[in-house]
Amino acid sequence: MATTPVLPKLVGERVKRREDPRLIRGRATYVDDIALVGMQHLAFKRSDIAHGRIRAIDTSAAERMDGVEAVFTGKQIAEFLGPMPIGTPFPSPDHHAVAVDTVRFAGEPVAVVVARDRYIARDAADAIVVSYDPLPAVVDTEQAMTGKPTVIHKDFANNLAVPLVPSGTGVSADGSSVDDAAIDAAFKSADVVISQRMVNQRLAPTTMEPRGVVAHYEPGKGTMTIWSSTQNPHILRTFIAALTGLGENQVRAIAPEVGGGFGAKINIYAEEYVTAAVSKRLGIPVKWAEDRTEAFVATTHGRDIIGYVDLAATRDGKVVGLKLRLIADIGAYNMLLTAAIPTLTMMMANATYDIPAVRCSLTEVFTNKTPTDAYRGAGRPEATYFVERAMDMLARELKMDPAELRRKNFIQPHQFPFATQTGAVYDSGDYEKALNAALKAAGWDRLKAERDAARAQGRLVGLGLSMYVEVCGIGPSASLPTGGWEHSQVTIERDGRISATTGASPHGQGNETTFAQMLADQFGVPFEHITILHGDTGVVKQGIGTFGSRSQAVGGTALHMAGAKVKTKMAKFAAALLEAHEDDLVFENGTIGVKGAPASAKPFASVAAFAYRPVPLPEGLEPGLSDEAFFEPTNNTYPFGCHISMIEIDRQTGEPTLLKLVAVDDAGHLINPLIVEGQIHGGLAQGIGQAMIEEVVYNEDGQLLTGSFMDYAIPRATDFPRFELTATVTPTPVNPFGAKGVGEAGTLGSTPSVVSAVVDALSEFGVAHIDMMLRPEKLWRIIHGGRS
Amino acid sequence: MTNTSIRINVNGKARAATVEPRMLLVHFLREHLRLTGTHIGCDTSQCGACTVLLDGRSAKSCTVFAVQADGSEITTIEGLAADGDLHPLQQGFWEEHGLQCGYCTPGMIMAAVTLLNDTPSPSERQIREGISGNLCRCTGYQHIVNAIQHAAEKR
Repeated sequence: MATTPVLPKLVGERVKRREDPRLIRGRATYVDDIALVGMQHLAFKRSDIAHGRIRAIDTSAAERMDGVEAVFTGKQIAEFLGPMPIGTPFPSPDHHAVAVDTVRFAGEPVAVVVARDRYIARDAADAIVVSYDPLPAVVDTEQAMTGKPTVIHKDFANNLAVPLVPSGTGVSADGSSVDDAAIDAAFKSADVVISQRMVNQRLAPTTMEPRGVVAHYEPGKGTMTIWSSTQNPHILRTFIAALTGLGENQVRAIAPEVGGGFGAKINIYAEEYVTAAVSKRLGIPVKWAEDRTEAFVATTHGRDIIGYVDLAATRDGKVVGLKLRLIADIGAYNMLLTAAIPTLTMMMANATYDIPAVRCSLTEVFTNKTPTDAYRGAGRPEATYFVERAMDMLARELKMDPAELRRKNFIQPHQFPFATQTGAVYDSGDYEKALNAALKAAGWDRLKAERDAARAQGRLVGLGLSMYVEVCGIGPSASLPTGGWEHSQVTIERDGRISATTGASPHGQGNETTFAQMLADQFGVPFEHITILHGDTGVVKQGIGTFGSRSQAVGGTALHMAGAKVKTKMAKFAAALLEAHEDDLVFENGTIGVKGAPASAKPFASVAAFAYRPVPLPEGLEPGLSDEAFFEPTNNTYPFGCHISMIEIDRQTGEPTLLKLVAVDDAGHLINPLIVEGQIHGGLAQGIGQAMIEEVVYNEDGQLLTGSFMDYAIPRATDFPRFELTATVTPTPVNPFGAKGVGEAGTLGSTPSVVSAVVDALSEFGVAHIDMMLRPEKLWRIIHGGRS
Repeated sequence: MTNTSIRINVNGKARAATVEPRMLLVHFLREHLRLTGTHIGCDTSQCGACTVLLDGRSAKSCTVFAVQADGSEITTIEGLAADGDLHPLQQGFWEEHGLQCGYCTPGMIMAAVTLLNDTPSPSERQIREGISGNLCRCTGYQHIVNAIQHAAEKR
């Protein structure tokens, strides 16, 4: 008798990605790979000054060029495309996709060309002549708050996009009443107060695939198909429909293969609106492909928050109070989530510690720079950085081991769910477990001995440690303007194969693999029999998207729920076929049978076939096997961990070298540890990149000085040692898999751990804090010029 | 400038075309031949997403005019898998999770072909230096290093 092969359980296994075969063969389709018959190419003329009034635009030379289909100035575009919406409730100035009379950052679109090929489109854009009456450029964030050198938007006095939002101890939930008694008492009772201004500098997210759009309006049908390199095609559909005057049911938005997002492809951009509107206007398919030079000015930047941190503690290392005053430089305009990102910094200021009194305030400031929006971590790395750097400074002040200081202040496991002073309710956590795991994995005491031995030889070696907790799995609908749910539909096809859709549209996260692992286990069928469909609103009925480390925690749960509904129905069909009770059935090895009687089992495919030709139709059932689910979590998830760095600085050149990075990350239960490791590696690289080599720099005229890969460094393979990863597992009660999310974790702890390691390495020079990035010249000046 | 006739052998096929002298090789491959596996990630020759083999050596195809490649043999990512069998590097990237979004991957693999041709058993340091002309924003490079080691062992 032939034995049925046993299908292994896949959840929790290191399953190779099924996305990869098309990608490693060069057979995937990214936006710029799409070519439609009759497609024209769109290019933007962009402002080359940071701030000024448009006096005149001469498009005549461009219009005369052979192969040019159309030229539009901002005024002309505004005749058929309204101002861009934002996704936050904060007041916002009008923002036209193409500037109408004033430009407010270098790189802002001022005119649009449509031409036969991309070379002609570029030539024609270059042939447009724009004359400006220049205005002073507002560049320095804190000077901008005084209205100097000028005011960028007339209704926003002193350039304040958000004047001041308080939160924390003594602040009412809506921020309207503030009581300082507790925070003042905390600081009065303290033996030590650490006060430091810190800059969490502006970064360029830098997906390897720049953005791109193909829009195809079909006048005969009155429908629009838009392909875009986006993290959230359903949100794109909503906004494109609204701005092109179409219904959501007339717009199909497709995120094809997307070459990285990192938060920067959440926003719905001017280029998406313009390409769609121009396609509709001309009635032809139109493509815009961003080049890298454009990406540095036209794709949103991240971070750029100044933090004034005051940390109060007793002499024996108990933190009694924290004040965090935040000033966010959001650039020239509010984009989709711009104003909300720094509020996450306030929300996470409580960090992993039980602090009796925490007070935050946030001011958001307009400057003549590229707008900011989400970048991997989006507000949480900033919170982690400010608090963890302050904790490190406190440890140094108290001459305590930085690990011991943390240990004294952790929120304890029995305190969860833990309501923080800053409005979060942490779901679950065991911070000391993560700390201990990191100390053990790193060999903390041995590393300290190695550091001390190196110093005895005159070498500059330092250690840095950082805890983190982040908010992920976003989230209940109250926490997102789009709604905070996710959607999935699971269909068992007639042949027993499974098609499942997810609104969590991935761009490198491997959802096609992890979600297939989950369904394979749920239905007891081969992994190869499952297809995960995503990224196309014509196929995926509803969705929000992939950001905020939510794919698994929210999207995965919706998938599992939809699967459970279909499975229940399928069990009824199987029960009819097997003349058994549906509760006695077991789905395994590609069959459905009665528990304890495997010989009776029917092939999964034959039950599926029966469901589509049910003769006779079991009572109370409709034919077919397809169902959907929306899942909205009751809370966010709060993954956490501990990152440890070891750095050596060359005394002669000031060049820092990362010798070691140990990361312990607790993301709850993992579906695919191989993919999780990849996510953490990538996050670490970006977090270390921020600390060591990345910084967006503008000059006093508002010109971007870091506008190419020659000036803006993203890490190369030679910049890193081998990362050492360990996991602890503290499941979340918020979803049935206990998975918390891991996409952003790497950017949280790594950055402050590296900076703290550098400060430690330079401790002989009496340095207490160094602002990022840690360029060799800055370190060399400390080494050779004394105190900083 | 007048258009120029060129003949280039791409993935074993002779191709003839008339192109503008300023046309970049990468645009010729992607737009004339529709070989879109070769990607464009920058415009300053920093990122390496456009790496192909030009007469057997890895080259950034955004830094070569199509007319300069006249008479050459080009291999792109589409031509790397012989008769459908994955190249050891492609296999290595799959086995070791050496990619996430996949955008840098074709260029990274083509750069690694030359690395392994020159240095069949590279050290980790040699691998990291060998791919330092190629940028990846997703992986932190560790799994890419593993992928190339995997390929080196299997060759």
